[in-house]
Amino acid sequence: MADILVVLEQRDGVLKRVSHEVLAAGRVLADASGGQVHALAIGGPDLSGDGLGAFGADRVVVVGDDAVKLYQPELYSATVTDQVQSGEYSAVILSATAMGRDLGPRVAAKLDCPLAADVTELSSDDGIVVKRPAYSGKAIYTLRVTSSPVVIAVRPNAVAPIDGSQAGIVDTGQVASAVRAARAVTKAIKQPERHAVDVTEAAIVVSGGRGLKEPEHFSLIEDLAGAVGAAVGASRAVVDAGWRPHSEQVGQTGKTVSPNLYFAVGISGAVQHLAGMRTAKVIVAINKDPDAPIFKVADYGIVGDLFEIVPRLADEIRKIKEN
Amino acid sequence: MKIAVCVKRTPDTETRIKIASDGKSIDEAGVKFVLNPYDEYAVEEALKLKEAAGSGEVVVVSVGAASAQETIRNALAMGADRGVLLKTDAVSLDPLPTAKLLAGELKSGEYDLIFFGKLAIDDYSHAVGAMVAELLGMPAVSSVSDLTVDGSVGTAEREIEGGVEVVEFPLPAAVTAEKGLNEPRYPALRGIMMAKKKPLDVKDVTLPEGGLELVALTLPPQRQEGRIVGEGPDAVPALIDALRNEAKVL
Ligand SMILES: Cc1cc2nc3c(=O)[nH]c(=O)nc-3n(C[C@H](O)[C@H](O)[C@H](O)COP(=O)(O)OP(=O)(O)OC[C@H]3O[C@@H](n4cnc5c(N)ncnc54)[C@H](O)[C@@H]3O)c2cc1C
Ligand SMILES: Nc1ncnc2c1ncn2[C@@H]1O[C@H](COP(=O)(O)O)[C@@H](O)[C@H]1O
Repeated sequence: MADILVVLEQRDGVLKRVSHEVLAAGRVLADASGGQVHALAIGGPDLSGDGLGAFGADRVVVVGDDAVKLYQPELYSATVTDQVQSGEYSAVILSATAMGRDLGPRVAAKLDCPLAADVTELSSDDGIVVKRPAYSGKAIYTLRVTSSPVVIAVRPNAVAPIDGSQAGIVDTGQVASAVRAARAVTKAIKQPERHAVDVTEAAIVVSGGRGLKEPEHFSLIEDLAGAVGAAVGASRAVVDAGWRPHSEQVGQTGKTVSPNLYFAVGISGAVQHLAGMRTAKVIVAINKDPDAPIFKVADYGIVGDLFEIVPRLADEIRKIKEN
Repeated sequence: MKIAVCVKRTPDTETRIKIASDGKSIDEAGVKFVLNPYDEYAVEEALKLKEAAGSGEVVVVSVGAASAQETIRNALAMGADRGVLLKTDAVSLDPLPTAKLLAGELKSGEYDLIFFGKLAIDDYSHAVGAMVAELLGMPAVSSVSDLTVDGSVGTAEREIEGGVEVVEFPLPAAVTAEKGLNEPRYPALRGIMMAKKKPLDVKDVTLPEGGLELVALTLPPQRQEGRIVGEGPDAVPALIDALRNEAKVL
């Protein structure tokens, strides 16, 4: 019975939410085939795999070593490949984050196996079938996996974590011996001054566009984001104008987000912006132009002046949260 | 400095996508094709490095149909020296077969650097660059937004969630380009004229078998018709009510 290997992701020794998502994705495939979900956690010596049974892991292999505290492409890909070759796996699942988008292709090339990238849905009956957006989200591919194993990169927020009751065994593993051979080395992570939740990982995103008129007015967006507990996003127009960093840009040349709730404030809804957020579960648009294309994809809209609407919205949400 | 750049012909982002009658591909009628936008950053970076080095060659390589010659010419018009088309009408949705063809072509070229875009805007795989590097046994850094090359050592920055990774690597190496790496130049008229005379080698190839079978290409599920809950700030309570009680996301 083939098992599923899921690759977890950590930062500073703390597993990220996407790790719980890939476990849930692994569960979907394992339950269909009767196999197990094995999780591989790579990070510093303090990394712990405890409690992951509840999120769906049957077994967790923890590779904790100072050499792999940061994402080291060559060491990580060799370690994952070693693990795959030590068992019988039909799929390797990781998250389509900055790490997973680099690691997935490397592992697939090493294993000489297919890669299904940026997957938003997966299922298994008579073989693994995945769905993935293409053409800037304007079309969806349905693909059947025809060889084994396969590497699958699941888009963050596409699969909800589960709340299961597996006991989960935790083992320790080792960094592949490639440790001495690594050539490209990640030296450090430069943190931005304000450490904020990244748009790709946030459950709620509040994005602002050119409708805000001045960079200072982004304080309105930050205030609303603070009230709902959201990450701040931006359209390319305001990133190109230098009002916001590129790391906040949502869209085809920015980040792809699939939050539960997305606010587009003073954003017209150009196709390239939609490419980055049309898979959000619920979209709210606030725009003074009733014909703005953003209203075509929004679930809820308010037509009007954002300078009047946004402060009121932030206030009322704060009131609710206080009660 | 000898540099290769892998480029792909992709539909322009403004294109309206219509599904062809086979239900497996797009209807190409009226579709405008361009050099994949991320590959423009890759070409620009290669040209800048060659210029800084004072000598060298920039070779553009593409896997695709005969029409991809036009895409290669775009890169030649920007200033690249010659092109190679690995010609096949087959397309694979598994990125590995494409990577294998590219690796086969690049293997004996003795390139100091091989550039890619971080992703192709049609298939969104974000994979071919890292795969080629892996097949060639080269160090690689993907989604690079800042690059310095000093002799045989490179330093790259790549954007990750909530930060920027700083990666050091020895040459030869592969790099995939992210927006922000540079401002791609527009081909000047002279460049466009010259590009017509630059060498472009067309080689017939067979795409290796991949491990993904295309079942269907469909339009995204229509989002349920949304509604305008009201106008101006007085609509705020209705919006909050809808988000809490109807959509249950607040
Ligand atoms: C190759 C390519 C890639 C691109 N990639 C991206 C990308 O990744 N992400 C992206 O976002 N864009 C991208 N774009 C740009 C995109 O085409 C649009 O130009 C951009 O999204 C517009 O940003 P905007 O909505 O903020 O500005 P605008 O289109 O100017 O819209 C501003 C909106 O604010 C509204 N408004 C004005 N004042 C108020 C007010 N007081 N109250 C309420 N509403 C108000 C207006 O009605 C208008 O709808 C790309 C373009 C190209 C060609
Ligand atoms: N058919 C192709 N020919 C040449 N280069 C390609 C091809 N497909 C992808 N690439 C390169 O790989 C990058 C990433 O593409 P992808 O992995 O398809 O998202 C592109 O930006 C190109 O540099």
